[in-house]
Amino acid sequence: MRKILIATTAAVIAVGASLVGASAADKLKVGFIYLGPVGDLGWTYQHDVARQAMVKEFGDKVETTFLENVSEGPDSERSIEQLARAGNKLIFTTSFGYMEPTLKVAKKYPKIHFEHATGYKRAENVSTYSGRFYEGRYIQGIIAAKMSKSGVLGYIGSFPIPEVISGINATILGAQTINPNIKVKIIWANSWFDPGKEADAAKALLDQGADVIMQHTDSPAAMQIASERGKLAFGQDSEMIKFGPKSQLTSIMDNWGPYYIERVKAELDGTWKSEDFWGGLKTKIVMMAPYTNMPDDVKKLAMDTEAAITDGKLFPFKCPVIGQDGKEVECKGGTHLDDGQVLGMNFYVKGIDDKIPGK
Amino acid sequence: MELVEAIILAVLAASTPLLLAATGELITERAGVLNLGVEGMMIVGAACGFGGAWLSGSIIVGALCGIVAGALLSLIFALMTLGLAVNQVATGLALTILGIGLSGLIGARFVGEKITPAPHLHIPGLTDIPLVGRILFGEDGFIYLSLALVVAVWWFLYKTRAGLILRAVGDNHVSAHALGYPVLQIRMYAVMFGGACAGLAGAYLPLAYTPFFIPGMTAGRGWIALALVVFASWRPGRLVIGAYLFGAVTILQLHAQGWGVGVPSQLMSALPYLATVIVLVLISRARSGGSTAPAALGTVFVPDR
Repeated sequence: MRKILIATTAAVIAVGASLVGASAADKLKVGFIYLGPVGDLGWTYQHDVARQAMVKEFGDKVETTFLENVSEGPDSERSIEQLARAGNKLIFTTSFGYMEPTLKVAKKYPKIHFEHATGYKRAENVSTYSGRFYEGRYIQGIIAAKMSKSGVLGYIGSFPIPEVISGINATILGAQTINPNIKVKIIWANSWFDPGKEADAAKALLDQGADVIMQHTDSPAAMQIASERGKLAFGQDSEMIKFGPKSQLTSIMDNWGPYYIERVKAELDGTWKSEDFWGGLKTKIVMMAPYTNMPDDVKKLAMDTEAAITDGKLFPFKCPVIGQDGKEVECKGGTHLDDGQVLGMNFYVKGIDDKIPGK
Repeated sequence: MELVEAIILAVLAASTPLLLAATGELITERAGVLNLGVEGMMIVGAACGFGGAWLSGSIIVGALCGIVAGALLSLIFALMTLGLAVNQVATGLALTILGIGLSGLIGARFVGEKITPAPHLHIPGLTDIPLVGRILFGEDGFIYLSLALVVAVWWFLYKTRAGLILRAVGDNHVSAHALGYPVLQIRMYAVMFGGACAGLAGAYLPLAYTPFFIPGMTAGRGWIALALVVFASWRPGRLVIGAYLFGAVTILQLHAQGWGVGVPSQLMSALPYLATVIVLVLISRARSGGSTAPAALGTVFVPDR
């Protein structure tokens, strides 16, 4: 019995990551660590689309390797180190949970450059990059409030990290400009990728009266459930209209291609420096899928909002931002919250009738 | 009341893949073979099941593809562990890794496609009965099949001579061999039954649950099925309770979050697993010594020639 239990535990840990790649000399070797499978149609898929765009740009000057299905946390350290040992000179680690492992490996391999997505800790040879997804969420909030009949929005969260929390806040701030009494129900899947659970969460939200579903998880499962029930939803990370032709309002699409090309170019030119890149609608790192399944006036409002954010005329976190406790949040950016406040956001804004789990 | 109905429907759907996979593994383990490759067989079943349904346009063809794929993969396991007497734990783990890779390869061309999910039963009059109608008479075919399968397995194990022989093989392969039973052959059939069930369980996900294929979509359900077999102390009846309990806690914690119950969601997500551990402890405490595991579970048998 005990043997079996130990074996089962070991097995859970050992669920493998697959190594894809080929070898050749004199090319810049670029490595990628992916959270999910490249076919997740969401987060990882978009990173891989960008990798392919980068390969297309540089042709045989680069050689890429990726490791998919690498779980977050200490376990990912091995995978990152594996890429470092394999001679990769530039390594992209594409999820928040790889932050500490990336820094740890980077310390061991000072000559290798690392790029960590969505993190906030940097080093001499570690850059960070992310998208201002909250800009898209603000637009979604406006659309959702316009389209919702029940006045209740359903939000599927992954993990209560600042990026997800700022997304929820931006959505509500956007929605409140249309309907000050808008309600949001939040269900945490505690997973980035589990289609079954995401579908169950979507069902639970709809069953509890929400009529517009938004998600911060990676599969099209929630979109598909909304479609089945004749409700509305927003896609995530990539175009998901195929799974909800009558349901998708829009989708925040991650477009990492230009950034990957720029960074690999810098590496090839020998001008790579540790940086903190945070691009939004303006740099086209964040893009909105076509606005569909909504009346023209809502569409126009969405497009106007998108244009205003792109032009820097509108800030989703413009001051005053009121926290859940009713107190005004310190306005460090002059007219709006500064980047540090958004990147480290760990409070809900007023109007969210819930608590951040674990706080 | 509608909410209660909705919750029960969601619980049944969430529990069914676990129940199917665990039922197959129960037979495998009752024959004395520990196949840890359930997750791998499930995900290959999901890829092949979706592929079959997408190409043929038929859910039944899809389900059959899933079953055959799971059984074929388990045959590799049988050849290794029974034919070559390789360590079962290591082979099972390898099977999972193989299955995850293989499913990605098979499923690559189907990613992004979608199908019409398995239809739900509709009997005019009966299905429309408030509250219980949809729960009893409005499910998809897989749910009825999974319950029928458990009953059939129970009947086979305890009411037939073949079932008795299978249990004998799992408890003491030397004696069974001495009595003239073809131990390895029986085990091979048991392993293949387990594979077929795991394949079907996997196929359920893209055919009925979320009607598209994505690599890794089983998301650890195979491991839960393995735990459920232990949880059920290798008995079909308890397996049903275990699977539905697990499904219920999974769904209820999502609803509890939506209602804003002030418990951290991380804790709630852990609840199904905590419940499993607690029940396991209670079961083992209630028993006065000894294990209910098949005595020969996981041991290699090489017939003397």
